[in-house]
Formats: sequence, structure tokens, C-alpha cells
Amino acid sequence: MSHSLLTAAVLVAQILLLLAMSFSIIRMVRGPRAQDRVLALDALYVNAMLLLLTIGIRTGSLLYVEAGLIIALLGFAGTVALSKFLMRGQVIE
Amino acid sequence: MSHLDALPPWAAILVAVFVLLGALLAFVGSLGLLRLKNFYQRVHAPTLGTTLGTFFMLAASITCFSVLHGRPIFYEVLIGVFLTLTTPITLMLLVRAALYRDREEGSADVPQVTPKD
Repeated sequence: MSHSLLTAAVLVAQILLLLAMSFSIIRMVRGPRAQDRVLALDALYVNAMLLLLTIGIRTGSLLYVEAGLIIALLGFAGTVALSKFLMRGQVIE
Repeated sequence: MSHLDALPPWAAILVAVFVLLGALLAFVGSLGLLRLKNFYQRVHAPTLGTTLGTFFMLAASITCFSVLHGRPIFYEVLIGVFLTLTTPITLMLLVRAALYRDREEGSADVPQVTPKD
């Protein structure tokens, strides 16, 4: 009983996270300016990391946690580089 | 569903509640990103998912794997520490860049500075 509850909860959570990802993709496509798109990309990778964690809970594999850690690291680097580019017009000075 | 059957009922219910809360917070954050009016309002919304949403999801993951493996597992804390450290840095950089661009253009969206006294 409680296990079917857990499976249903994980499924609902995955659907919610997919909706959240599609909202950030809509914001990224719609803009209106470059900083909105960068912000939407930031939200998108955080939501993707949360989705990976739920997949990890459903499959019972710790590998997905490592993948989430890598997404968090690379997303940080990407957002910082993009904001630097918006500020100065170049990434490395 | 073989491995989830090994969870005792209290752990299953706890994990279910944590997962649902985390996903709901991330969903509300992204909804705010979509619905709010200008950039300086929108920048607040996704932090709901990056702080509290991530916290609940990591709590669910820690509970699930610690009970399944029979020993405490804390890899997930790394993600939490990292996101807590980096989110303010990225958002400060991004908002500074946005302020600079908006002031260059004389945009009306820039929040006005209110005098102290």
C-alpha cells in the first residue's frame, strides 16, 4: 500500500518537474531580453537536476546523484560565463 | 518495483511527502518565472526551487538510500552545499549585468533607489 503510494508520488513529482522545465523553456524562447533567457537556463538546469534525483529514487541507483552533482557544477560555470558576457561583451579578458 | 519494496512503510511515506513537496516548490518557482511581469520580479521566483525545493528532494534521496543500504549516505549533501553557495553568486552577477544593460538603455524597468531619510 505505502509502496504504491511512493510510486505514485514519484510519478506525480516527475510530471510536475517536467511541467516546470517546460515553463522555463517557454520563458527561454519568449525572452524578451537576453538576461531573461539566461535566468530561464539557470532554472532549467536546476529542474533537470531535481528530475534526475527523482529518477534515482525510482530506480534505486546512486549514480544519478553523481550526475546531478555534475549538472549543478557545469550549470554554475555556464551561468557565470553568460552573465560575464552580458556585462562586458566577452567571457575571458 | 523490487528495491522500493525493501523500504519500511514509514520511510516510504516520508520519502513520498518529501518528493512531492520538493517537486511542488520547483513547479511554483518555474510558474513564477513564466508569469511575473518584469525581469527584476522574475529573478526571485526560481530561487524557491533552488533552495527549499532542492532541500526537500535531497532529504527524500538521503532518507531513501540510507534506509535501503542500511547505512547513512550523505553524497547528496554535496549538491546542497554547492547549490547554496553558488546560487547567490550567479544571481548577483546576472542582476548586475542586467542593471548595467538597462541603465545603458535608460529602460523604465529599473527599480528606483529610495532615499534613506
